[in-house]
Amino acid sequence: MEELNAFMKERADNDLLPWYAQLAAAQRFDVSLPRVEEAALSLGLLPARYQRNRQAIPVGQQLALFRSRVAVIGCGGLGGYVIEELARLGVGTIVAVDPDVFEEHNLNRQILSTPSTLGRAKVEAAVARVADINPAVTVIPFRVHYAPENGAVLLRDSDVVVDALDSIPTRLDLAETCADLGIPLVHGAIGGWYGQVTTQFPGDDTIQKLYSRWVEGKGVEQQLGNPSFTPALVASIETAEVCKIILGEGAPLRNRKLSINLLDMEFEDVIFTPHLVAIGE
Amino acid sequence: MRINLKLFATFRVGRFSAEAREYPPGTPVAAVIRDLRIPEEQIGMIMLNNRHSEPDQQLHEGDNLALFPLVGGG
Repeated sequence: MEELNAFMKERADNDLLPWYAQLAAAQRFDVSLPRVEEAALSLGLLPARYQRNRQAIPVGQQLALFRSRVAVIGCGGLGGYVIEELARLGVGTIVAVDPDVFEEHNLNRQILSTPSTLGRAKVEAAVARVADINPAVTVIPFRVHYAPENGAVLLRDSDVVVDALDSIPTRLDLAETCADLGIPLVHGAIGGWYGQVTTQFPGDDTIQKLYSRWVEGKGVEQQLGNPSFTPALVASIETAEVCKIILGEGAPLRNRKLSINLLDMEFEDVIFTPHLVAIGE
Repeated sequence: MRINLKLFATFRVGRFSAEAREYPPGTPVAAVIRDLRIPEEQIGMIMLNNRHSEPDQQLHEGDNLALFPLVGGG
């Protein structure tokens, strides 16, 4: 470890560690790239790929991101962008959950889909994409449907969960599991020109309120479809929420719902009164 | 009493974006939803004066009421 540290310090440009030095360190000391990244950040060396993060996220916080684990439930429109952004941000471990393979109707918006990934599992494409853009990040794929029965396994040790699902009842199940396990949940949903984001901490019930009148089927997405820009925007807001929760910075969308209308460019911030357990309905 | 209504997304189709309407004092939100012929199970969220609200909430003069459809895609 001493030798690895000395090796990295020698090759750092001030406190920036170039990528070639990370690769050389992994090879020379026969350790994984994630291990090299953690050792560098622990020494106060910033992998050079994060130098434009630094004004917003100093090296100590970059280490906190690296040591975090985020579960992304759904790897389609929202989940693909969330995974891309978490990997570039430097979140160390991403759990990717989705049972599906890419189909042609995904190509208009799902960033992990290309003609060459048609027929391929979405979670496999997530692993390949992250390996390509940031090999220091580990993706743990689960090619399964999210269900309450497997929730404890899928969400184990996660610091934050991202709702990138396309099913209202599964979202409600996910919210319940996150509450049981005490994990914050960032919710995003889209349909056509419209989207919404809220962040729920254990004990909150904003998501349950949002879907309290749901009986069956889907929302407006059923008739409006999903164009390319809505998932990109909503996923970016979800990722910003994840980053703030991990770092304990800023004001998350807690007990608030941001409602987005890109057709008329209207953004509504709706306030929810915190749930009072003592008051039954 | 005068209620300022605002509709979102698909609820605007064949209705309006924003409109002020007169209702008898004490009218609940659910009665406005019926007046607008929106099936209640399609309502994702009710916003009353920028806060989340429920169908049984009684309205007051000058209230701002907004209705959002369910959004569930990913």
